[in-house]
Amino acid sequence: MAKFTLPQNSKIKKGKHIDAAKGAKNAKTFKVYRWDPDDGGNPRMDSYRINLDECGPMVLDAVIYIKDKIDATLTFRRSCREGICGSCAMNIDGTNTLACTKAIDDIKGDAKITPLPHMPVVKDLVPDLNHVYAQYTSIEPWLKADSPAPNRERLQSADDANLLNGEDGHGPAGCILCFCCSTSCPSYWWNGDRFLGPAILLQAYRWIADSRDEATGERLDALEDPFKLYRCHTIMNCTNTCPKGLNPAKAIAEIKKLMVARR
Amino acid sequence: MSDSKAQKPERPLSPHLQVYRPQMTSMTSILHRATGAALSIGLALFSWWLVAASIGPEAYGVFGRFVSSKIGLLMLLGFTIATYYHLANGIRHLFWDAGKGVNIKSAYATGAFILFFTLLATVGTWYCVIVYGGAFL
Repeated sequence: MAKFTLPQNSKIKKGKHIDAAKGAKNAKTFKVYRWDPDDGGNPRMDSYRINLDECGPMVLDAVIYIKDKIDATLTFRRSCREGICGSCAMNIDGTNTLACTKAIDDIKGDAKITPLPHMPVVKDLVPDLNHVYAQYTSIEPWLKADSPAPNRERLQSADDANLLNGEDGHGPAGCILCFCCSTSCPSYWWNGDRFLGPAILLQAYRWIADSRDEATGERLDALEDPFKLYRCHTIMNCTNTCPKGLNPAKAIAEIKKLMVARR
Repeated sequence: MSDSKAQKPERPLSPHLQVYRPQMTSMTSILHRATGAALSIGLALFSWWLVAASIGPEAYGVFGRFVSSKIGLLMLLGFTIATYYHLANGIRHLFWDAGKGVNIKSAYATGAFILFFTLLATVGTWYCVIVYGGAFL
């Protein structure tokens, strides 16, 4: 059931303020969600005022700056710093995105950074992704074909490939599994235990739409469930927030259409 | 290892509604649900009207006094808004169910349109009520 408030142990307390930009001409304050399992206390928002002239242009640069120069205990995931690994997904300035592709200049006022919403927090900005990964496993994201394997790749037409890659390159195959979309979805917040959420359904569609895959019926059967698919109410926070410009809402709509078409 | 893990405090839930920026997508959706709930209250009012009319002048008088009271008029205004919004957004949902306009540009354009439509239709309806429905007030 939907619970709109945070549990008692998750309520955010006021944290400390560190001004590391005294006398700087170009400074900005970053308010960052902090929680340390070893402290035992509630999460808090610490704020750091940093000199932007010493820092790179992206929010990830600022977070790394804070870790390097101010507080080495600040914990977050990052890897590629170019928007392809999906590690640094977090809620920045009220919407989910990748810290490495979000420009600091695009944020008005103080920059507020919290972990991906409605997720169990491992530490600071690191959410526990075990459940979404288990949901990903549940859709069996690999090519399934009973027909004998050819001597070379299984071929498909350019049009069929476009269903996956998108004519504009923004098709479901472009998903990097950062889970910005799933954790932006109110339906996923309230029913994430059983609803698969936009990221996983986009991937489910990626295999359903694949002309080389021969398990389409089976895949649709597995989604025929009041929760797994149909908790999607076309809110479209998912598409609005996708840092790769993909359209999970459209993929889910296509799955729903296929469900109706095969009745 | 397992012992020390058992002593760790339970993981907090990261903030969601508390931090997520309200936007056209989520706001038109929650309004659809809210107006849906309001419509069921409006339907009760509507049923009362029909039942009162079938019972007789006295029962109808009671109903009439209620709906022309301040709270009654406020409920009718809310019913009007809810009806137009839910109708318009319902049609928007029908297009989405057919796979049409499922993109952010369309969602913002149609969202703005239904909000404008709701405002216009509500004002229009109440203009007619006030100008032509004198007996009601």
